[in-house]
Amino acid sequence: MSTVERLTVLKTYKLYVGGKFPRSESGRVYEVSDSKGKWLANAPLSSRKDARDAVVAARKAFGGWAGATAYNRGQVLYRVAEMLEGRRDQFVREVADAEGLSKSKAAAVVDAAIDRWVWYAGWTDKIGQVVGGANPVAGPFFNLSTPEPTGVVAVLAPQKSSFLGLVSVIAPVIATGNTAVVIASETSPLPALSLGEVLATSDVPGGVVNVLSGRTAEIAAPLAAHQDVNAIDLTGADADLARDLEIAAADNLKRVRRPQAVDTDWTTDPGTDRLTSFLETKTVWHPTGSLGASGSSY
Amino acid sequence: MPTAPAPAFADAVASDRSLRRFLHGLPGVDTVGLEARAASLGTRSIKTTAKAYAIDLAISMIDLTTLEGADTAGKVRALGAKAVHPDPTDRTTPRTAAVCVYPDMVATAKEAVAGSDVKVASVATAFPAGRAALEVKLGDVREAVAAGADEIDMVIDRGAFLAGHYLKVYEEIVAVKEASGAARLKVIFETGELSTYDNIRRASWLGMMAGADFIKTSTGKVGVNATPANTLLMLEAVRDFRAQTGVQVGVKPAGGIRTTKDAIKFLVLVNETAGSDWLDNHWFRFGASSLLNDLLMQRQKLSTGRYSGPDYVTVD
Repeated sequence: MSTVERLTVLKTYKLYVGGKFPRSESGRVYEVSDSKGKWLANAPLSSRKDARDAVVAARKAFGGWAGATAYNRGQVLYRVAEMLEGRRDQFVREVADAEGLSKSKAAAVVDAAIDRWVWYAGWTDKIGQVVGGANPVAGPFFNLSTPEPTGVVAVLAPQKSSFLGLVSVIAPVIATGNTAVVIASETSPLPALSLGEVLATSDVPGGVVNVLSGRTAEIAAPLAAHQDVNAIDLTGADADLARDLEIAAADNLKRVRRPQAVDTDWTTDPGTDRLTSFLETKTVWHPTGSLGASGSSY
Repeated sequence: MPTAPAPAFADAVASDRSLRRFLHGLPGVDTVGLEARAASLGTRSIKTTAKAYAIDLAISMIDLTTLEGADTAGKVRALGAKAVHPDPTDRTTPRTAAVCVYPDMVATAKEAVAGSDVKVASVATAFPAGRAALEVKLGDVREAVAAGADEIDMVIDRGAFLAGHYLKVYEEIVAVKEASGAARLKVIFETGELSTYDNIRRASWLGMMAGADFIKTSTGKVGVNATPANTLLMLEAVRDFRAQTGVQVGVKPAGGIRTTKDAIKFLVLVNETAGSDWLDNHWFRFGASSLLNDLLMQRQKLSTGRYSGPDYVTVD
């Protein structure tokens, strides 16, 4: 008796919005192929309404996430790294397919991405001391600056580095207490959609990260013009698109992070640059008087 | 009997028994069919100019409501100002139909909307439970009317209704109607507590026979409030009532309607069930508070092309 070959169960990739996995509101999908043009899967082709829904979810999640203690955010992000480690094989496969890498090279990329996530998890309760603190002022005041999250950040993930680049743009945004609407790489969105599954099974509250796949320009335009988005990271936009989006973003004075002229090498130490891109500094002046007979003003 | 019933129903309301016979003789509701019909009407796609029309119509139909124990005169004044100018940045925005407050806030609300055509509605009759003596309820109504309320939202005695004392409920509505004088009377059934669709149909007829100017789904204080299905059922009742008696009665779904999409679904129900005669704030209202902000944001989106956000509407 001949054995019947098993049929593989194909995965339906879905968006990650507000902690749920919806299909695109438009019902559309597009074909995603590997670096050699072989079909891999269908990914949702998001519409502007998906973008709108994602912003609503991100706004709803913002208060709780920004209000969580930095220590708690760090723990939650570390938990994400734990979950990523458990799904390492899946990500290695997806990254190898998406970027045309060998298994070992893809494994190195995934490891670097997990390490990057842990690195940013560690920064949550330290960035405040680095960019904030007591300022010396010429007067009898305590003058203290503390960084606060900007709000809802639209993130255009890098087009080429589908996983390490993706992690490197999402983690700093949420580590500081922002919530994110992420547009995955247009040609290789699968690692980003799988990352949504990881976030859903970590302790990250729904809506803190929302992942959309589709045509970057189509989804980014309504996000750049959206009055309830506070900042936009244009890393995944080409020069022309970035220019248009920056003009649209000016309307409600969004904070804009421009794409780099040359392709970023995501393997190098990122520094705190991305962490501080989406922070606002709050400075408090508090009068001090002399305390007691010592004459000390503190 | 305080006032003469509509002649068509003189026999039906002659006694508790005849009233029960009449109400239980109404055709039973096909639950599955009703919900399927409500759901299918909810799938209509309303876009562009039709959407703009629907949004403005919905804004003009809102009874902007605040019914909290923590209501202050300041909050009621803010609500009144919002009813008169829902979007101060765009004077073409229509006004809401009314503001809806507790009886002791009627005078404040009246001052806040003075000079505009915004009406003041007041809940009364020991809202929301309705568990008080008839005299207390009527006192509540008279006080609201004396303070200047244009509309009275009364609750029926659900306990009596569920126990089958229909005539008691009927007489209470008739008494409240009389106490309301010129104010239009909205009768709240609290559909979430009536358990069955058959009961909602019976309550609708009972309310209309007793002289209600409006029938209203709920108080907004219980778990299940206005749903497309129970509103559809009430719209059918007002349609049939007008066909039979020539008297037109309004419908007001209240509670749980928060988004523009929901509101437009209800407008579709109105148009497809009762007909376009009801597409007017004299005959159809939304009891809502947060709905208005969503409508305003959608309105801004249509006029500017950009999605708006909660930073651009008031915090209530």
